[in-house]
Formats: sequence, structure tokens, C-alpha cells
Amino acid sequence: MDYVVAFIVGGALCAIAQLVMDIGKFSQMHVMGLFVATGVFLGISGIYDRLIAVAGAGAVLPISGFGYFLAKGVLAQNEVNGWLAIGSGMFQFAGAILSFAVVLSFFTALLCKPKG
Amino acid sequence: MKLAGKQTWVFEHDIYIQETGTAVGPLEAEGPLRESFDIAHDDLYCGERTWELAERRLMQEAIDVCLQKGSISFDDIDLFLAGDLLNQNVTANYVARTIPAPFLCMFGACSTSMQTAAVGAALIDGGFARTVLAATSSHNATAERQFRYPTELGVQKPKTATFTVTGAGAVVIGRKRGRWRIAAATIGKVIDAGTANPFDMGSAMAPAAASTIEQHFIDLGVSPADYDLIVTGDLSRVGSVIVRQMLAESGYDVTDNYNDCGLMIYRPDQNVFAGGSGCACCAVVTYGHLLKEMERGALQKIFVVATGALLSPTMMQQKQSIPAIAHGVVIEAVKEGQ
Amino acid sequence: MSLKANYLQAVKAFQPKPPYVFNSLKAFVVGGALCAVAELFANSYIRFFSMPLLSAQQLAVMTMMFLAVVLTGVGKYDDFSQFAGAGATMTLTGFANALASAALEHRSEGWTAGVASQMFKAGGVAIVYGVVAAYLLGILYYITS
Repeated sequence: MDYVVAFIVGGALCAIAQLVMDIGKFSQMHVMGLFVATGVFLGISGIYDRLIAVAGAGAVLPISGFGYFLAKGVLAQNEVNGWLAIGSGMFQFAGAILSFAVVLSFFTALLCKPKG
Repeated sequence: MKLAGKQTWVFEHDIYIQETGTAVGPLEAEGPLRESFDIAHDDLYCGERTWELAERRLMQEAIDVCLQKGSISFDDIDLFLAGDLLNQNVTANYVARTIPAPFLCMFGACSTSMQTAAVGAALIDGGFARTVLAATSSHNATAERQFRYPTELGVQKPKTATFTVTGAGAVVIGRKRGRWRIAAATIGKVIDAGTANPFDMGSAMAPAAASTIEQHFIDLGVSPADYDLIVTGDLSRVGSVIVRQMLAESGYDVTDNYNDCGLMIYRPDQNVFAGGSGCACCAVVTYGHLLKEMERGALQKIFVVATGALLSPTMMQQKQSIPAIAHGVVIEAVKEGQ
Repeated sequence: MSLKANYLQAVKAFQPKPPYVFNSLKAFVVGGALCAVAELFANSYIRFFSMPLLSAQQLAVMTMMFLAVVLTGVGKYDDFSQFAGAGATMTLTGFANALASAALEHRSEGWTAGVASQMFKAGGVAIVYGVVAAYLLGILYYITS
């Protein structure tokens, strides 16, 4: 059952992004930025937590999930160390994903050439 | 007076296309015109290390095969005219290192093929050169990475997008009698219709093509029926319909004798969106396919209008519209004993 | 309306529209399928390695990103995205593809001037907007709570 919910929620987020691009004539980069910022907002306001409780990876894998991880890190640090920890805290969870992507991309460039 | 009307050059002397050379990449070699090209690579890198080097190699090979086919030596070349799409015209400028002839670099975006041919013919007619070598090239991956995104980035392109042709075309123009004659050329004005979508070059360039074609008819007092074929460079599926409609609005009917190089070079099932584009599109189709058709006798007199969109990624990001230009050249088949 | 009189308006009739319904349907199915696969990974990590939920989800995302980067390396992710649209680009797999494609593209300019300095040219959008939004909203949250 959780696979069905993940499918529907994740698919719906992607379909919304597609409609924003096609109808709103926004470029892919604009929509990407918009989704991440929205993910941060929903993360800080606690709504995204509830979405993840329902949909699991269906809410984590869309690009807004990156914003959620940033927000989650901010919240976790904020409560312990005050506002100075916002900068360091935001990468507590998102950092794992970001650094993985950077290192992986670097080594892929070592092994592969663009195919065109 | 060699200037007819406002924008058309009519050459007094007989200026001939002496020989042509074409080199293309893998996708073009799979297309319907594969037999027309002199050199076809089955690798997008053309045996080189980077995309830019691959494009340079294509231009070099097109020139080499052109000179070789026509038994022309570098000593006969008085002037080299070339251009491409890359910043600072690097392909043309670097290839020119190996050509022992004076060099003028030209940029007309995808109109460069006919721009170099027209200017070459004019310089010969004016007596500034006896024989001119003109070349142009484009490469799908170099154009993608310069004008759009990294080649491997996942982007969903709209149906109006065009696909840059990988290839290069070279031509030797001179006074010596050849199989084709350059009779006239119409130099276009820059027309900016106000469109700003870099994924829809057809709409951006069609007004420029229509303007040049109409001006050509007015300047020479001819009609579309005087040509066996009027062909535009890379308007693709979107732009070719628009230019046809614009000409019809002005009272010129080109229903039967109009085509577009971007539609001829690929099969419709090759996933090239609206069709081919790029400097090489008009060059390889004209120098490879159309001139062979003329030699065969299928066409007598054609008007080739190469269209160029003079945009840059920076201007697009600053929300500027796309200026476009089109240059046309009239080519006639030379019959035996004429 | 004639093209000569008002080009920008009249030309719209000649420009094919994107197939809105079909495009979003493709994005829905492919994006949803990717999420379901990620969910499968997350559930397996929980079951077989007894991981906490959050770590399992992070690792599942990383697994998907790894697969996306492999597809990028063999030159297939761009074709996949042309088909799936936002289903392939508006996920963290698309983010991984954005970094990897820029890194691959610029290996011809060397490791420092090419790969390292150009890697974020496509995916940097997500990082910059994410960090800025998180900082501002974080301060706001701190003040109000």
C-alpha cells in the first residue's frame, strides 16, 4: 500500500512541475528553484513532515525533498544551539545527499565522456 | 552597375562553383541524403578528443576533400572565407592556420554558408580574387553546450526545437568554368520580429527569410516560377510553413517549388524535433545534395536562402529578442556546350 | 490575422503547443514509478539492515542518484528526460544528473577550470535557492518561536 501512495504523491508532484513548465512557460531551472524553495517552506512549517509520514519516498525523492532536508536540519539545530547554527545545521541531513552527488559526479567525469 | 534594386548583386562575369566538399557526423549519415556526402563519420567525436576538435576536423576534412576532388592546390586559392557558430569563430580561425591564403572570418550564424559564397563571388567579380575557398561548419554537441545546456543534461525540448547538424561544407568559387554558376546574390537585412524563445528558431528566422526572398523578387523583377527550387537553410517544420504563408500574403506562390534544408537532411523518425539547423545544415545539403541534383539535370536554377538567428545565450538571459538574417544565392546548372 | 500586420500574435497559430495532458501524464507515471522504487529501496534497508527510517530514506535517495549518474555516464539520462520530462528532472535523480552532466561536459577543460568550477552550472539553482530559503525562513522561525 505504501508503494501506491508513494507512486501517487511522487507522481503528482512531478506532474505539477510539468504543468508549471508547460503552461507557465517557466524553464526547468526556474521550476527547480521554485520547488526547492517550496520544499524549504513546507519543511519549516511542518507540513512536509506530515506528507512524508504518508508518502515516504514519494515525498523525499522529488526535488522539493532536498528543500525539506535543508529545513529539517535548520529545525534540529535551532532548538539546541540557537540561530547561529542555522548555517551549519541546514546541511545536517541535506549534506549527505549533496556531498554524495558532488563526489559521484566528479568520479563519473573521471570515467566517462559525454556521448552527445 | 552590379547592384540591382536595393539588395541584390548581379555578377557581370561568369562566376562558377568549381568544386564542393562535405563531411558529416553519424546522424546525418543515417539520413536520407547519406549518398550525397563525401565523408561520413560514425562517431560524433570524429576520432578527436573533444567536441570542438571534432568540429575543426570536420571543416578541415571538408576543405581537403573539396580540393582533392577538384585537383585544386592551395597555391590557386587567393582568399579563404569561413565561419562557424562557436564563440570567436574558433573553428574557422583555427582551420585557417593551415590554409596558406589570406583569410576573412565571417559570422552570420546559420546564414554563414551563403554569406561566404555571396561575398566570395562578389570579390571575384570585383577582381579582388581569382579563386576563393569558402567553408562553414557546425557540430551538434558544441552548439548544445555553448547555446543551451550540457549535452547529457536531461531537458525536455519542445516540438519547436531544432537539432544542430554535425558537419561541414566547403566550396571553391572561381572564374574557371565549372558545373554550376553563381548568377546573383541577395544580401538580407537584420529582421527582429520580436520572438524571444531560443527553442523556436523557425518562428524567429522566418520573417528574415521572407524579407530576403521578397526583396529578391522585387529587385530582379522575377517570380517564384522562375526557379525550380527555392530552398531555405534551417527554418524547420515550424518556420517553413510560416515563410510560405508570409510569401503568400505578399502574393508570391511557392507551394510547388519550396523546401527547407532542415527538413531534407533527416528522416522524420530520427528524433530531431522540428528538423535540422546550424551552419552546416544549409552547407551540406546545398553543396552535397542540391548541386548533385543539378548536375543530374533534375534542377536547373535554384535560389538558396541561408537563414541565421543572431542570438547569444547572454542576450537570451537578458530577455532580449532574437534578431535574424537571411542571405540568398542564385545557382544555375551549366549545360554542356553552353 | 496576417503575419505581416501582427507577427507575434499571428505566429502562435503556427507553433505547435506542448501536449499538456500527455506530458503531465508521462511525468506522473515516470516520477511516481521512480518514487515507488525509492520506497522499495528504503523498505528493504529498514528490513535487511534494521536502519532507522530517515537514514533508510536518505540511502534510498542516494541509491537512486547513483543509478541516475550511471545512466548519465552512459549517455541515456537525457533521452530518458526527453520522454519523461519533469518525472525525470524534478526529482533528486534529476539533480544528480544536473551535477554529473555538467561535470562530464567540462572534463575537456580539465579538472579545475572544467569539472570543478562548472559542476554546479545546472544544479546550482537548487542549492542556492534552497540555502537562501532555509536561511531566511530559519531566522524567521527562530525569532517567532
